[in-house]
Amino acid sequence: MNPALAIEEEVQGTSLWQDAWRRLRKNRMAVFSACVLAAMFLFVVAGPWVVPWSYEQQDLAYGAQGPSWQHWFGTDMHGRDLLVRTMHGGRISLLVGLLATAVSLTIGVVYGAISGYFGGKVDAILMRVVDVLYVIPFMFVVILFLVLFGRSLLLLFVALGAVSWLTMARIVRGQVMSLKNSEFVDAARAAGVGHAGIIFRHLVPNALGSIIVYATLTIPRVMLEEAFLSYLGLGVQAPDASWGLLVADGANSMIFLPHMLIFPGLLLTVTLFALNFLGDGLRDALDPRMKS
Amino acid sequence: MLRYALRRLLGLFPVLLVIFTLSFVLMRAAPGGPFDAEKPVPAEVKRNLELKYHLREPWCEARFLPALREGLEPAVERAVRAEQPWASRAEKLCTGLFQYGWMLANYATGDFGPSYKYKDRSVNEFIAAGLPVTIQLGLVAMCFALFIGLTAGLIAAIRQNGWADHAAMGMALLGISIPNFVLGPLLILVFALTLVWLPPARWGSWEYMILPGFTLGSAYAAYIARLTRGGMLEVIRQDYIRTARAKGLSERLVILRHAVRGGMLPVVSYLGPAMAGLFTGSIVIERIFNIPGMGRYFVDAALNRDITLAMAVVVVDAIFLLVANLLVDLALGLLDPRVRYEE
Repeated sequence: MNPALAIEEEVQGTSLWQDAWRRLRKNRMAVFSACVLAAMFLFVVAGPWVVPWSYEQQDLAYGAQGPSWQHWFGTDMHGRDLLVRTMHGGRISLLVGLLATAVSLTIGVVYGAISGYFGGKVDAILMRVVDVLYVIPFMFVVILFLVLFGRSLLLLFVALGAVSWLTMARIVRGQVMSLKNSEFVDAARAAGVGHAGIIFRHLVPNALGSIIVYATLTIPRVMLEEAFLSYLGLGVQAPDASWGLLVADGANSMIFLPHMLIFPGLLLTVTLFALNFLGDGLRDALDPRMKS
Repeated sequence: MLRYALRRLLGLFPVLLVIFTLSFVLMRAAPGGPFDAEKPVPAEVKRNLELKYHLREPWCEARFLPALREGLEPAVERAVRAEQPWASRAEKLCTGLFQYGWMLANYATGDFGPSYKYKDRSVNEFIAAGLPVTIQLGLVAMCFALFIGLTAGLIAAIRQNGWADHAAMGMALLGISIPNFVLGPLLILVFALTLVWLPPARWGSWEYMILPGFTLGSAYAAYIARLTRGGMLEVIRQDYIRTARAKGLSERLVILRHAVRGGMLPVVSYLGPAMAGLFTGSIVIERIFNIPGMGRYFVDAALNRDITLAMAVVVVDAIFLLVANLLVDLALGLLDPRVRYEE
C-alpha cells in the first residue's frame, strides 16, 4: 500500500454533509419521522395496487359502514372503500405538496439568488416587491383565482407554489450575499465563468443546506393549504379524492360515521407532524445557527 | 417615532393599490360575465344592468364598436364582436379602464358598490354585518393563543429539557400539525354532540365563542409557545439576567420582571403574520361552525361569482392586516430600546 495515500486518508476532514448526517442520525425523533414518512409514502403509492377496490368503485352492499374485514377503514355514503380512497387522497395530497414546493423552490431560488448576487438597485427593487407581496392575504387571491378560472389540479399547485416562494427568496438572498465575496467566487470569475454560471454552479450549491431545510418545511405548509382549499370544495373534485376533501366529507357525516373523519384526519395529521419534525431535525443538523 | 409612523402610514397606500389592482385584474380577466348564469333576461334589461355596474361604457362603444349602440340580442352582439376582434378587444380594455377608475374612486370614499348577486343589498351592508363577527372571533382566538402559548412557552423555558419542556414542545408541534378543519369537527363531536357542554354552531353569547376560538387559536398557541421558549432561553443567558440574579432577586422576579420583556420580542413580531393567518383561518372556521362572518361571505361570494363582494372582502382584510403589521412594528419599537427608526 502506498504510504502517501494512507496519510491522505487519515487527514481527510468531515464534510458539511457528513457532519449533518451524523447530527441527524442522533436525533431519534427526526429519524423516526423519516421512517414514518417512508412508510406513508409506500402506503399511498403501492397501497392501491394491493387493495382489491378502486377509489371510485362502489360496493353497494356495504354502503356507509364502519371498519370491517372487507373494508378496513369502512366505507362512505356511496359505498366506496375508505382505505383505498385515503391512499388515493394521500397520493394527490403528497403530489400537490411536492409539486407546489418545487414551483416555489424554483421561483424562490432564482429570484433570491439574482437579488443577492447583483445587489444594489436590483436588490432594492426586487426585495421591495417581496415586501409588498408579503402583506397580501394570498389565500383570498388563490381562492378567487381558482373560482374564476376553474378548478384543476394543475392550477392548484401552480397557484400554491406561486404564492409561497417569498420566504425562500429571502433565505437564498441572504445566503448568496454572504457567499458572493468568497475567494472561490473570485477564482471562478477569474477563470471566466459568467454571472449565470457563478450563481447556479457555485453559489446556489453552497446554499443548498438552507434551501433543503426550508423546502422540507414548505411541503407540510403547502399540503395544509391544499387540504384547506379542498375542504372548502375548491380543490380536487369527487370522485377523485385528497385528504382535505375526505376530511370535509367526514366532517359532514361525523355524527353517524365518525370513522370517515378520523381515518383521513389522522393520516393527514401524522404526515404533517412527521414532516414538521423532520424539517426541524434537518434544520438543527444542517444549519445549527438557524435554530430558533 | 411620529414621523416614522406617518411615513409608514403613507406607505400603506401603494400596497393597497397593488392589492386592489391585482384583484381587479383577476376579476376582469375571468371568463364569463356576472349576469351570464342567470336565466336569460331581455337584451335591454341586461344592457341596463351592465350599464349600471359599469361593465359597459357607451363612450367606449361609440369609439370602437359603434354597431353595438342599440339594444342588440346577445347572439347578434357576439357576431358583431367576432367580425371585429381587434376593435372588440380595444372596447373591452377601454371599458375596463373606465370601470377601474370608477371603482377606485368609489373605494376611496369607502363605497364598495352594489352586490352582483343580491341586487337590493350593498357590499357595505355585508361588510358591516360580517366584519364585527370576524374581528370578535379573531380576538377570542388571539386571547386563547396568547394565554396558552405564553404559559406553555414560559414553563418550557424555565424547565428546559425537563419533562414539562418536552411535553409542551411535543404538544406545540402537534398543534401546528393538526389542521384546524380536523380539530374543529372533532371538538364539535366531543364537546357539543357527545358531552353537550357547548353549542356546536352559530354565533352569539360567550358559549358560542369557545370552540371556534380555540380551534382557530390552537395553531398560533403552538407557534407562540415555541417562540416564547426560544426567546426566553436566549434572554436568560444574557448578562443583565446574571446581574439581576447576582443582586439577589428571587427567581420569580428575575423571570417575570426582567427576562419576560426581552423574551417576548419574537412573539410580538410574530403577531403581525399571526393576524394574517387568523383572517385566512376564519374562512374555514366560519364554515365549520356556521358563523356569519367575512370569511363565510367571501367563500359564498366567490362561489356565486359575486365578485364585487369578494373583492371588497380582500381589500378590507388587507387594510386590517396592514394596519395590524404597522401597530406591531410600532409596539416593537416601544418594547425594544435597540430598535431605531432610521432614515
